[in-house]
Amino acid sequence: MSSITLTIDNKKVTAPEGQSILWAALDNDIYIPNLCAIRERTDPAASCRLCFVEVEGKPMPVTACTEPITEGMVVNTKGTESQSLARTALELLLASHPVDCGHCAANNSCELQKAAKHLGVKLNTKRYRKLLKELPIDDSSPIFIYDPNKCVLCGKCVWKCHELGIGAIGFAYRGFDRMVTSFAGQPIGQSNCNQCMECVSICPVGALVAKENT
Amino acid sequence: MSSEIASAYQQLKETSQSRWTDLIQGDKPVIMVGTATCGRAAGALDVLESIRKTLGDDHQDIPVLEVGCIGHCYAEPLVIIAKPGGEYPPLLYGYVTPEIAQLLVRDYVFGEDPSLEFLLGAMETNELLPSMNDLPRSTYEHYIILENCGRIDPDNIDHYIATGGYGALAKSLQMQPENVVEEIKKSGLRGRGGAGFSTGAKWQICRDSESDYKYIICNADEGDPGAFMDRAILESDPHSLIEGIVIAAYAAGTQEGYVYIRAEYPLAVQRVTKAIEQARQSNLLGDNIVGSNFSFDISVFQGSGAFVCGEETALIASIEGRAGMPHHRPPFPAVNGLHGKPTIINNVKTLASVPRIIDRGADWFSGIGLNATKGTTVFALAGKITNTGLTEVPMGTTLRDVIFEIGGGIPEGRQFKAVQIGGPSGGCLPESALDLPIDFDSLRDAGAMMGSGGMVILNEDDCMVDVARYFLEFTQNESCGKCTVCRLGTKQMLNMLDDITKGEAKLEDLVTLEQLAHDIKAGSLCNLGKTAPNPVLTTLRYFRDEYEAHIHDKHCPARRCYNLMAYYILPEKCQRSCDACVGTCTVEAIYQGKTGIKVIDQDKCVKCNTCVEACPPQYNAITRISPLSELPEAMPPMEKK
Ligand SMILES: Cc1cc2nc3c(=O)[nH]c(=O)nc-3n(C[C@H](O)[C@H](O)[C@H](O)COP(=O)(O)O)c2cc1C
Ligand code: FES
Repeated sequence: MSSITLTIDNKKVTAPEGQSILWAALDNDIYIPNLCAIRERTDPAASCRLCFVEVEGKPMPVTACTEPITEGMVVNTKGTESQSLARTALELLLASHPVDCGHCAANNSCELQKAAKHLGVKLNTKRYRKLLKELPIDDSSPIFIYDPNKCVLCGKCVWKCHELGIGAIGFAYRGFDRMVTSFAGQPIGQSNCNQCMECVSICPVGALVAKENT
Repeated sequence: MSSEIASAYQQLKETSQSRWTDLIQGDKPVIMVGTATCGRAAGALDVLESIRKTLGDDHQDIPVLEVGCIGHCYAEPLVIIAKPGGEYPPLLYGYVTPEIAQLLVRDYVFGEDPSLEFLLGAMETNELLPSMNDLPRSTYEHYIILENCGRIDPDNIDHYIATGGYGALAKSLQMQPENVVEEIKKSGLRGRGGAGFSTGAKWQICRDSESDYKYIICNADEGDPGAFMDRAILESDPHSLIEGIVIAAYAAGTQEGYVYIRAEYPLAVQRVTKAIEQARQSNLLGDNIVGSNFSFDISVFQGSGAFVCGEETALIASIEGRAGMPHHRPPFPAVNGLHGKPTIINNVKTLASVPRIIDRGADWFSGIGLNATKGTTVFALAGKITNTGLTEVPMGTTLRDVIFEIGGGIPEGRQFKAVQIGGPSGGCLPESALDLPIDFDSLRDAGAMMGSGGMVILNEDDCMVDVARYFLEFTQNESCGKCTVCRLGTKQMLNMLDDITKGEAKLEDLVTLEQLAHDIKAGSLCNLGKTAPNPVLTTLRYFRDEYEAHIHDKHCPARRCYNLMAYYILPEKCQRSCDACVGTCTVEAIYQGKTGIKVIDQDKCVKCNTCVEACPPQYNAITRISPLSELPEAMPPMEKK
């Protein structure tokens, strides 16, 4: 596979052909906020809407996880317009997230915190109304806890679980009610989950955490 | 090859013609009843039964045809009676009841009296009677897509073929596929599903995509509330659609087709399924179509009815048995679609236009319409307008002509306020936009959308904030929830609009609302989210004063918003002795004031509007008042003796 040279934030970088801007940037130590991106995934979910960047010659910001790199491409990850879109998406997520970092097992490893710091957004954003779900926490697994209220619906756990051929969890409901759940909504402990913990390790926030860390 | 196709088609046509004339029997009267869903809703099936009963056993030989949507939906049920060799051309009767139907059969089918009192007009221009073509609206209308609707029997392929149907297919099969694509490109046809993408270009992309197998899907999901033009075609003229699909399939080199119809359209499913079956029997589908070496077949897929399933990538997911959720484009379906194969997705109206273009030529088609948008467009008129129903006009017709000349304007002497165009993702345009020539680009520039062609007319009784809220509530409910901005953003917007209609918002909230609307438009994954803010953005653009009145003065100018208005009985108009309102009030909120005048107890009133309907029109004493601060002080009750 041939490599491609492009410029991201005035820095010349090279990356393999076929890669998206997001991975080209991350691999070269340029951070772009992201929640839903999985490197191995050929059809990116593109659902978190945090990875907006500006590309010279494109009229509108694009999602870095879906945009393939091209030779000589010039990318700006700090453009006003793209950052404004990313901030809005992040603030919407935070407005629907129980922000209680001090008591959260994901504190300091949380991708929401990282993105907020990067984009200069307060975790307790006031722009939008707090819209929380009040769903029961599922602690039926012997080794991990699932808190759907903290879930940002990035879909990484669902993808991983299916990729491993287990398929214990999936998406249910539409719109604001969309959530990750096991089949027929039974407790995860009673599903065909085999406690491999892959979902816990891929969760970018504190929605899936190991019991030993709480 | 070419001559074989021509002779196979000629034979097919002759067979159909002779079968059709046998059925119609030349000199016998023919009765047609419009029994599409619109007709059925108005009682067309009872009319049909009454006609059959009146004809009785002795006149079973008089053909009674069920045709589709005849077009004048405001006057349903509709009946056409044709008496070949008689004095008059085929006549169209409106508002037909079973009793009128009985009269029509006795007086005109059996007798010679055309019963002019029930006549809407003749179907053809003639010397004796006014015809539908003489209506002022027909100068503005141009029927291409709907031209067969209500005029042919959708359940009988012979009728379609006998009038030249599938001739365009036979003609296409004698051309090189590339030349068919060229012809469609040259015609300037753009997709009628909403976005207006060049149909020829889309076919070309699919044609050029390397693959051993390709698909074509007709998008008949028609999810916009109030839109029913695609349904009219599916129910009234399914063969035009099938012919269009086969031509497209041949041109783009696809082997298999689907018609994706929402399951809420049972009659459409039934008629299209039957039409496909008939087309197969006539070798218009299947192997070696009309003697050519092109093979292709179509099946019907019933959609579950989610609005977002009309979006092409979600639609494909749904056919593949996955959740109907959109994914990022590119790849576009024309390159990588159903089962990973190149797939054309076109709207019903787009595909139904195709046989006409091949038949009459690209130049004919591109001669109709305006600038970059050729041909005609179909609208479903609804709301505060005299003539509701379908109309078809050349692109470039002004909104004013559609609403006032064709739609007959606003009833009850009310004032036009806005037109909501393009369905829930469209926008509200004010009086000042009425002279806009309609096409994809002009509407987009004005902040609205062509969409599927729904047009809802609003008058001064409609609150623009509430209208925006209504449409946003629809899209919010239909958001699949996959992407952050659409899932959470539309919910936040809806909350803000709720606050405004309740008088609980601050002026700064308008800035947040507008910014969020722009970000959802720019930041959503699919076009549902990208267009959902349109009703809010257009009302903010053209009717900002109404938003400000709600916030600043707690005043709803249309006096619609529940929390900002109250019912009030005007003392000078109330006829003390009449008790109509008191009797009808379900919560006993109306009492008799000191002087005998009726008074509403605002603490009890639930604003159900029944008292307004009960108050005799000659008094018309009950009004709505907004803001609440303008409500006069309530009169104390009459003292009990
Ligand atoms: C939320 C949403 C709903 C849609 N619904 C329909 C529909 O009901 N019918 C339709 O033809 N196109 C619909 N579309 C547009 C389709 O995605 C697609 O663009 C269209 O079918 C292409 O056909 P055309 O090129 O003939 O216009 C919808 C798009 C979105 C985003
Ligand atoms: S990482 Fe690109 S949209 Fe989530």
